[in-house]
Amino acid sequence: MTREMWEGNQAIAEAAVRAGLEAYFGYPITPQTEVLEYLSRRMPELGRTFVQAESELGAINMVYGAACAGVRVMSTSSSPGVSLMMEGLSYIAGTEIPAVLVNVMRGGPGLGNIAPSQSDYNQAVHGGGHGDYYPIVLAPASVQEAVDLMALSFDLAEKYRSICMMIMDGSIGQMMEPINMPEMRPVQRKDWDWATNGRMGKRERHVLTSIYLDPYEEEKTNLRLLERLQQVQANEVRYKEYFLDDAEFVVIGFGTAGRVSLSAVRAAREQGIKVGLLRPVTVSPFPHKVVDELVKRIQGFLVVEMNTGQMLEDVRLSVKGRAPVEFYGRPGGVVPFPDEVLAEIKRVASSRLSLEANPRDAWFERMMAMK
Amino acid sequence: MVTTANNLVYERPEGFTDTPTHYCPGCTHGVAHRLVAEVLEEMGVLEKTIGVAPVGCAVFAYNYFDTDFVEAPHGRAPAMATGIKRVLPDRVVFTYQGDGDLASIGMGEITHAAARGENITVIFINNANYGMTGGQMAPTTLPGMKTTSSPNGRDVETQGYPIRMSEMLATLDGAGYVVRRSLHDPKNIRLAKKAIRLAFETQLRGLGFSLVELLSTCPTNWGMTPVESLKFVEDKMVSYFPLGDYKISQGVAQLKV
Repeated sequence: MTREMWEGNQAIAEAAVRAGLEAYFGYPITPQTEVLEYLSRRMPELGRTFVQAESELGAINMVYGAACAGVRVMSTSSSPGVSLMMEGLSYIAGTEIPAVLVNVMRGGPGLGNIAPSQSDYNQAVHGGGHGDYYPIVLAPASVQEAVDLMALSFDLAEKYRSICMMIMDGSIGQMMEPINMPEMRPVQRKDWDWATNGRMGKRERHVLTSIYLDPYEEEKTNLRLLERLQQVQANEVRYKEYFLDDAEFVVIGFGTAGRVSLSAVRAAREQGIKVGLLRPVTVSPFPHKVVDELVKRIQGFLVVEMNTGQMLEDVRLSVKGRAPVEFYGRPGGVVPFPDEVLAEIKRVASSRLSLEANPRDAWFERMMAMK
Repeated sequence: MVTTANNLVYERPEGFTDTPTHYCPGCTHGVAHRLVAEVLEEMGVLEKTIGVAPVGCAVFAYNYFDTDFVEAPHGRAPAMATGIKRVLPDRVVFTYQGDGDLASIGMGEITHAAARGENITVIFINNANYGMTGGQMAPTTLPGMKTTSSPNGRDVETQGYPIRMSEMLATLDGAGYVVRRSLHDPKNIRLAKKAIRLAFETQLRGLGFSLVELLSTCPTNWGMTPVESLKFVEDKMVSYFPLGDYKISQGVAQLKV
């Protein structure tokens, strides 16, 4: 298989097509618009469904409809657009049907900017829409990984009748990298025993809804969603580890922040610092067990994110105060340079670390002192 | 008199489940439901029909029709219907929406579904208020009409004017069949049924977006008896929302039902 240069957004679009995507509904927003543009040509060429919706509200509800019909369906958007989709995501979660959404994140809140960011971690991982639900969230760090996770997204969504969201930042969306594109998989429309695709003389009617007027029934649904989260937590945790075997310090970062950190970790290793990297690929489910194991044998963590410390809270939840946790973040669409992360690794490796200090507060003070 | 096959004049249509409806006495939702069920049965398409219920009084429509059904977020039924119909073009897909759902929060979805010429059928219940939440002002509330959120009567200076959806949607080239009918007496109910049939025929033949607006009653929230509310539709609503055919495309005009 030859390696080809692909732009991230176009690459995930083609990867989704090759994973059997039957329908795409989207709306233009930078920095993900190339997905929409690519599929506006590609889907009709294959006789598949493409609709440019009137809004992200329209797009996600078209996804909702097609998902109810039982086909592989996806939408893509970027931060402000994903906020609009939260209504539909909550309904999809409440209806327990599979759907895939990619958020090519940009700086926020509000209109923010169109620079790469990881500012929607909390929105993605901790629900975002109303009600108790838990999406599966994947976070690629390269175009190749984004492509590889595309097929997995559909498989996971269908396996758990869940939303699977891929969060990648604008740099992965708009960067070109040499990749191996997977082979074309045939479209396989499965005859789900829940799909609303017409009785067709074969069965009793199907009804798909997120309404449970009886609180006890809604409670059962909430517990079912939680049970599914626990199955996902038990079976689907994915992460990449680098130099962890003898690490005294561990950097934790997802997506582009993790990738930049890897360069910094390599540079630190060359300088003799025993540091490793844990890069969660599934940020929901979060690799809590891995962090829990690391706590027992390392001297401290450094969490690196392109936000003000959102995954940091999940790391602290795993660490439970048993090891020092430090933080370095660049919010607002700023991408950290490896040198910055290297300086942080050196600082962490050479300071007396505190178990009590609030890592975000300490980072904030350092940031303000630099300004 | 014992009911036998010979003198049976009225029965539950095949398109209905056995579930009694939750609608208030005198409300015309039941009539509208029945007309849709009869038409789907007569056309022999129940097996391949997927309905999209709204948020509003008809949120439980899925309990009453014996077809596949989904339940949309408020106003988004046309978007959901688009998603279903585009991936299952040989199925019959319809939405059933009230005026708050369709003409207020769902204005974007209905307008663009019509503009795209989606091959779906929309049953639009216009009863001039938000019924399910207890009778608030809707986009279709008449000028001067009292509701729980226009207690002194709708003041058009501050609360704007009613929207005539059928007229508006008829301006869109994607719309194949857009008409307004009323459910206030037997004659109009028969005309409404004919229109619903034509709307579904429009869809079956791929002639684009079809919508039947049905002027309906809401005796409970209007504070009227069922008979008074039928009279209100006839006297007050029909004059503001004239009955008629607002869009019949060339293709639809040739249909014989």
